[in-house]
Amino acid sequence: MYTYSEGKEWAARFPGCGPLNRAMLKYIGKRLLMLVPVILGVTLIIFIMLALTPGDPARQILGGEATEEQVEELREELGLNDPLPVRYVRYIWDMLHGDLGTSYSSKQPVTKELLERFPTTLLLSILCTVVGAIIGIIFGIVSAVKQYTIFDNVSRVLALAGISIPSFWLGLMLIIVFSVNLKWLPSSGFYGPEYWILPAITVGLVQAATVMRQTRSAMLDVVRQDYIRTAKAKGQTELKVVMGHALPNALIPIITVLGMQFGHGLGGAVISEQIFAIPGIGKLMVDSITARDYPVVQGGVLMIAISFTVVNLLVDILYAFIDPRIKALYVGKKAKSSKKEEVKGAAAS
Amino acid sequence: MSEKNFLEVKDLTIHYETDGGVVEAVNGVSFSLAQGETLGLVGETGAGKTTIALGIMNLVPNPPGKIKAGEIVFEGEDLLKKKPKEMRRIRGDKISMIFQDPMTALNPVKTVADQISEVIRLHQKLSRADALRKACEMLELVGISAERINDYPHQFSGGMKQRVVIAIALACNPSLLIADEPTTALDVTIQAQVIEMMGRLKEELKTSMILITHDLGVVAEMCDKVAIMYAGEVVEYGALEDIYEGEHHHPYTVGLFGAIPDLDKDTDRLTPIDGLMPDPMALPQGCNFCPRCPHRRPECETLPPKPHEVSPGHTIRCHLFGKEEA
Repeated sequence: MYTYSEGKEWAARFPGCGPLNRAMLKYIGKRLLMLVPVILGVTLIIFIMLALTPGDPARQILGGEATEEQVEELREELGLNDPLPVRYVRYIWDMLHGDLGTSYSSKQPVTKELLERFPTTLLLSILCTVVGAIIGIIFGIVSAVKQYTIFDNVSRVLALAGISIPSFWLGLMLIIVFSVNLKWLPSSGFYGPEYWILPAITVGLVQAATVMRQTRSAMLDVVRQDYIRTAKAKGQTELKVVMGHALPNALIPIITVLGMQFGHGLGGAVISEQIFAIPGIGKLMVDSITARDYPVVQGGVLMIAISFTVVNLLVDILYAFIDPRIKALYVGKKAKSSKKEEVKGAAAS
Repeated sequence: MSEKNFLEVKDLTIHYETDGGVVEAVNGVSFSLAQGETLGLVGETGAGKTTIALGIMNLVPNPPGKIKAGEIVFEGEDLLKKKPKEMRRIRGDKISMIFQDPMTALNPVKTVADQISEVIRLHQKLSRADALRKACEMLELVGISAERINDYPHQFSGGMKQRVVIAIALACNPSLLIADEPTTALDVTIQAQVIEMMGRLKEELKTSMILITHDLGVVAEMCDKVAIMYAGEVVEYGALEDIYEGEHHHPYTVGLFGAIPDLDKDTDRLTPIDGLMPDPMALPQGCNFCPRCPHRRPECETLPPKPHEVSPGHTIRCHLFGKEEA
C-alpha cells in the first residue's frame, strides 16, 4: 500500500504550483527577445509620424522672435537637417547606449524625465487596477450567481453607465462634489494618500465596469459546468463552490482585462493625469506633444510600448499559474505518461 | 426503520419552467430501494432519469427546475423537507453521485488530491494529511496508482477520470450511490472494466445503488430491480426477473427489448420502436406511449393509465393490464 510520506515525496518532486521551471524560463526568454522587433517597429513608426507632423521644433524652442538664421543654426545643432534614415539609425544607436536624447524644452536627459515620472504613473495604475479589480470582480461574481435578480439588473445598468461615462466627466463631477462642495479631498497634485483617492476612484470605477461585465460572463459560463455540480454533490457550501471552484476557472478572461487596463494605465492615464494635475507619464506626453519635444515623445512612446509588452508577458505567465493545462503546454512531457498508467490501472483492477 | 424503507420515492414530480413553456420532466414517479439493492433506471435520452437523480440529491437546477410534488424518504426522513445545510451534510456523505461525463465532471484547475480530499474533509473530521492519505487509498481502490495523486484531470484518460469520479463518490462510504450513465462516455473495453469495478466496490462497501443507463445488458448484470421509464413516468417496475423473464410487459418494454439485435437470427437491420418520444412540453392527454404503441385502444388516447400490479412487486402502467382485473 502507498504511504503518505511517499505521497509527500511525490508532491515535492512535482509541485502542483511551480510552473517557473526551465521550460517556462525558456518561454519567458523567448518572449523577451520578441521585445526587440516590437521596439524597432514602435520607434520607426513614431519617427515617421513625428517627421510628417507639421511644425518645426527649432522654431518652437526659440520662439517667434528668433531670426531665420538662429533657427537654422539650431536645426543643424539638433541634427534635424540630416536625412530621416540617418537620424533614425543615430537614435537607435544612442538608445542601445541608454541615451534617449535630451528634452528640447527642459534640457534634461529624456531617460531622467521619464524615470522621474514613472513611479507616479506606476502607483496610479496600481491603485486604479486594484480599485477596478475589487469592485469589478465582487460585483461580477454576485451578479453571475444571482443572475436576473434585482442586484444583477442594477449592477448591469451601473456597469453600462460606467462604460459609457467618459472618465474626464466623472473626474470633474467627483472634484465638484468632494473637493469643491464638501472640501474633503484635494483636487489636484499627487503628494500623499489623500491625493490618490479621487484619481484612483475615477479611473478605477470606469475600469470596474469592464471588469464586472467580463467577470459576470465568465462566471456565468463556469457555474453551468459539470464540475460545479460535482462540487455541489460533494456537499460543499455555496460560497466555497463559487470562490474555490468557479472563480479560479473564470480568472483567465478577468486577468486578461485587468492586464490590459494596467498596461493602459502605465502608458499614462492621460485624461485623468491632466484633470487632476498629476505629474505622470501621461501629462508629460501631452505637454511634450504640444511643445514638439520630439525626444521626450519618442522616449515616452517607447516606454509605453515596453511596459505594455511586459505586462502582457506577466499576464501570460499568470495564465500558467492559474490553469495547469496551459502550464502543460510549456512543459508538455508529463501528460504523455497517462497512457502507460492506464494500462497499469487496468491490470490492477 | 425497516430495510424496505431505506429509500422510497413517492409520486415525485419535477418540472422545468422555462420561458417557452413547462417541461414536464418527471411525472409521479415512485419506487423504493432496500439496503444493498441496486435499482436500474432504464429509458431513452430525455425520459427524465437524470432529473430524478438530481431530485434525490436536491440539485435540480432552480430556476428553471422545480420539484412540484412528491416525497423522497431516505432513512425515514423526507429529503425534500430538509434545510439546505442538512442536505449538504447528506450530499457526498450518505448519498453520492457519479456523473455522466467524466471529461467535464472534474475541476480542471485542481489536482486530483484536492478534489478527492475535499469531500473527505467535508464529511469526516480528518487532518489535511490524513485526508490526503485516504485520498491516496481511494485512488488505489479504483485502480490508479497513488503516485498520480498530484496530477491534474487533463493528465488522465477518460476511463481514469471516471475512476477518479467514482473514487470521489465512494470516498465517504455512501449508503446510496447514484450512478448516472457511468459508462456512456467511455469506450467499450473501458466500460466493461468500470462496470466490473463498480460491481465489486458495491459488494465490498455494501452500498445501495441507483444505476441510470440505457444499456440493458449492464442492468441484467448489476441490478436487483428495474424501473423502465418513458416520458417522465415509470411504465414498468419490478424485480429483475419480472422484467427480463416475466410473462407480462408494457408495450414499450417489449419494444425496448425488441430493439436489441438477436445473435441467433440473421438480420440486416435493427428493430426500432416507430416514432419519437413525445415533446415533454406537450405530453399526450392519455397514455404517453399511445402514439407509438402497436396495441393502442380508444381509451389510451384520452385516459392516462394507472400503474397496475400484474404480480407482487411487478407493476405496469398500461390499459392492456388494468382492464383484465376490472
